Amino acid sequence: MSHASSPSSTSAGAPHSGAHATDSHGHDAHGHDAHGHDAPAPAAPARRAKERRAIVVGASSGIGAALVKQLVREGVDVVAVARRAAQLEALAHDCAGSPGRVIPLTHDVARFDEVEAAFERAVRELGGLDLIVYAAGLMLEVGPNEFDTGKDLDMLGVNVGGCIAWLNPAANLMRTQRSGTIVGISSIAGERGRKGNPVYGATKAAMNHYLEALRNRLADWAVHVCTIKPGFVETAMLAQARAQGRTIKGAISAEDCASAILRAARSGKNEVFVPFKWRIVGFVIRNIPSFVFKGMNI
Amino acid sequence: MAPALRSLSVAPNRRIPERLEYVEGWGMAVGAFASVLRPRSVEEVLECFSLAAQRGHPLVLRGGGNSYGDASMNSRGLVLDISRMNRVIAFDANSGVATLEPGVTIEKLWKTILPLGFWPRVVSGTMFPTVAGALAANIHGKNNYAVGTIGDACLEFDIALPSGEHKTCSRTQNPDLFHAAIGGFGLLGCFTRIVLQTKRVHSGDVRVSAASPRTLKEMMDYFEAHKHEADYLVGWIDCFSGGDSAGRGLIHRADYLEPGEDAHPEQTLRVAHQELPANIMGLFPKSQVWRILVLFNHDLGMRSINAAKYVAGRLESMAPPYRQSHAGFAFLLDYVPNWKWAYGRRRGEYGLIQYQPFVPHEHAHAVHSEILERCRRAGHVPYLGVFKRHRPDPFWLTHAVDGWSMAMDFKVSPSRRAELWKLCDELTELVISAGGRFYFAKDAVIDASDAARFLPRDRMAAFAALKHACDPQTLLEGDLYRRAFREWIDNNA
Repeated sequence: MSHASSPSSTSAGAPHSGAHATDSHGHDAHGHDAHGHDAPAPAAPARRAKERRAIVVGASSGIGAALVKQLVREGVDVVAVARRAAQLEALAHDCAGSPGRVIPLTHDVARFDEVEAAFERAVRELGGLDLIVYAAGLMLEVGPNEFDTGKDLDMLGVNVGGCIAWLNPAANLMRTQRSGTIVGISSIAGERGRKGNPVYGATKAAMNHYLEALRNRLADWAVHVCTIKPGFVETAMLAQARAQGRTIKGAISAEDCASAILRAARSGKNEVFVPFKWRIVGFVIRNIPSFVFKGMNI
Repeated sequence: MAPALRSLSVAPNRRIPERLEYVEGWGMAVGAFASVLRPRSVEEVLECFSLAAQRGHPLVLRGGGNSYGDASMNSRGLVLDISRMNRVIAFDANSGVATLEPGVTIEKLWKTILPLGFWPRVVSGTMFPTVAGALAANIHGKNNYAVGTIGDACLEFDIALPSGEHKTCSRTQNPDLFHAAIGGFGLLGCFTRIVLQTKRVHSGDVRVSAASPRTLKEMMDYFEAHKHEADYLVGWIDCFSGGDSAGRGLIHRADYLEPGEDAHPEQTLRVAHQELPANIMGLFPKSQVWRILVLFNHDLGMRSINAAKYVAGRLESMAPPYRQSHAGFAFLLDYVPNWKWAYGRRRGEYGLIQYQPFVPHEHAHAVHSEILERCRRAGHVPYLGVFKRHRPDPFWLTHAVDGWSMAMDFKVSPSRRAELWKLCDELTELVISAGGRFYFAKDAVIDASDAARFLPRDRMAAFAALKHACDPQTLLEGDLYRRAFREWIDNNA
């Protein structure tokens, strides 16, 4: 049975249906990169986290990587799941010396059939599970007149399929143990159907719906589900948008975003915009009448 | 289609659905993480056995997970959950014979047969056990003294054995396996088809009356005086009450209605007539009632609730008999969903255990009185006590005696866990010395040497021999087996 083996030796010869898709379209996820601003170990003793064991899916860069670093600094053992083994290794290296352990698990979230076994291995390695964060995300560049089903389904696979495949077993485990926190990193993009990237927005709206339903389903079992809707965060995804000529100001760092996420999850918030100002933006966007929205270039 | 999505239709790499879960006893005081397999056919059950052998991990069988202790959990291996094999294969509305897949719950059974004018002969206090779990535990109901256990209502079953065989058993075909597997706690094989005889009823209601005995002696006298004509008898005891009123409580008696007594059986036999109300006073959702019970889940609170129930019972006993639906009378434990959470929801630390000694008639009054007294002296008073009359049955490891049982719910907390277990050990000594027995579906504390003292010697030897024949690699073992069986089975090898 699988629990004897180490999660880092993941399953069968790995991935890569999704890998092709992502690579060939040269994008990535919430993705992001820590871009060298790896936070140094804090001088003050780290706060003792309320969780002891966590899984972060989509951990190789950006918000996911920042979350892993912060959690291990606080003494949490983290299974860091991502497709790119080299970046996971680098992350583990960066976190060496922290009070918590990083256990890398190479896995392509679009390989849904491998998730149950990978999840079980991760939980057995950790000896339980208190927190899971689904931070994997894929936003492919889509032209204004482009309707590419292949790209769209790739985004659907990573953002929705992978999310369901990972959070279903986590939800079931946490229900049976009557404790735990589930965090899904959605996006402000799920608030409205914008013309820019129809399916990316649709996947985030689907995530919101799914996470809300999980929250309601698990409430009686003392399991909390927190939906995070980040605005602009300094990640590879943002760098990609800038490279396409968009002007983006006021982005927060992945580290600040990670701190805000953990604060929100620990304080039992249901749905949080990060940073807060995006709640106002979200409210406005949700309430623009359709006949106006149609003509807007956002 | 894009490669990523194509994976959606790829068969999972685990053919039999398998999932990591926290698997605990119903009382929540014991539990462990385990991979849970959910086979959907006989072939898949046999495949689970092969899988366990191949992985070198033992397997425990689990039905609805309603055993209070560790009967269906496995801290060192796999769990085979039978709940997906849950079809009613056939029901003969002339004879009342039901042929069921093992994962059919008692709820599904009664909801299927009641509209046709039948009711299960034996049901537990909750409707959520599966028939396989019920048969493996050989459950009894509030009519045990009259009709025996569920094993007595079983005509035949098929069982898949870890040895790879698939056998049909009845009182005439493979009778040894029939009498050993019923009450054998899933240690010999997995039921795959169960045939039960059910009872014809002429109404969806029963006639209920109450009596309010002031002592344990009065309660036992009432049972003895009425056991020949009453269809159901169940006693509740206020375990906080001592001195002259020790053992005071409330008895409910229920009787089936005769043909013609119910003017509208077609109405009362409907499932809708049986359903327990979802709200209290039409407003407050029952699913949240446990949160209120939390406020009373301490000695003072429970002393008050028990006293109030006794007073209410005295008033009820003065009222004339009334009619109640079968489900309403039978499934008292289902009135408040998840009421056990009032004992604490934190995994593995809090919860409750049930301790249910069965004592032969001649010693029952003395032993049960002494048990109540010792509990009070030790400061571990059961928050709920239920008293029943029993009769012997032919199943090898049966708990039933010609006597009386008292089921007691004890609160478990981390700080008092060890002393509670010690108290139970003392009580166990008392019970076994009086020729009493225990029921593994309710138990969490008996060890194998205790079990070897109360189980009949010849039956232990025969059971051990069957275990070796049916399960030569000892694939079927869980926490209960390791705690209360292995030692005497090995000694009888």
